[in-house]
Amino acid sequence: MNEKLFEVVEKPISVQEMIKKVERREAGAITTFIGTVREFTKGKRTIYLEYQAYIPMAEKMLAKIGEEVRRNWPHTEIAISHRIGKLDISESAVVIVVSSPHRKAAYQANEYAIERIKEMVPIWKKERWEDGEEWVGNQLENISYPTGKPEIKEGINND
Amino acid sequence: MIEILLFAQLQEDAGTDKLLIDGDGWTVKKLKNQLITQYQLLQVEQSMVAINEAYALDSDEIHSGDIVAIIPPVSGG
Repeated sequence: MNEKLFEVVEKPISVQEMIKKVERREAGAITTFIGTVREFTKGKRTIYLEYQAYIPMAEKMLAKIGEEVRRNWPHTEIAISHRIGKLDISESAVVIVVSSPHRKAAYQANEYAIERIKEMVPIWKKERWEDGEEWVGNQLENISYPTGKPEIKEGINND
Repeated sequence: MIEILLFAQLQEDAGTDKLLIDGDGWTVKKLKNQLITQYQLLQVEQSMVAINEAYALDSDEIHSGDIVAIIPPVSGG
């Protein structure tokens, strides 16, 4: 059985096996977060996603998030798996499981973990559309102007 | 020589997943400037640098034998 708590994988993630990693008699709650591949983003249809990771550092950063969680919410246990490679719509890209004696810590710690993943874990996704593809996080995408220049929204005080 | 790992858009811009650079003793800031000016890797401007799998500061130095990675804005999850 695979007991690695923080890992980057190339095969589909089993939520049941993830849950087993944090199950224990002291737990009164287990929260699971499953990040899935969404078909439409801002009206644009995704055909599939491709994830890439700097695997050894990504696993270290996931473990670091685990340490932060256990420090901030004592008595929790956490496991995180992130999948890489080509993923189709609705497949699971990331699964986070947290067990805790009480539910509030399990919910909070789980949300904290996904926010930290998005900030600091070296994993990238490329969106494949009907008419092209692009690595997300690319600043060119983030600051693209549909009209060719920045739009000034009316009614917003810009001072 | 120092091996520089590239990922995602940077990898495609450079046409390779690693560069060898003779930069022993350089600061991270100098490395970034070189990658931008000599290799035209403009996204380095918005990227973080990791030395031996830990995020580094602009003032940190890189040395032969270090594993250096350029980390463009991440998009996991």
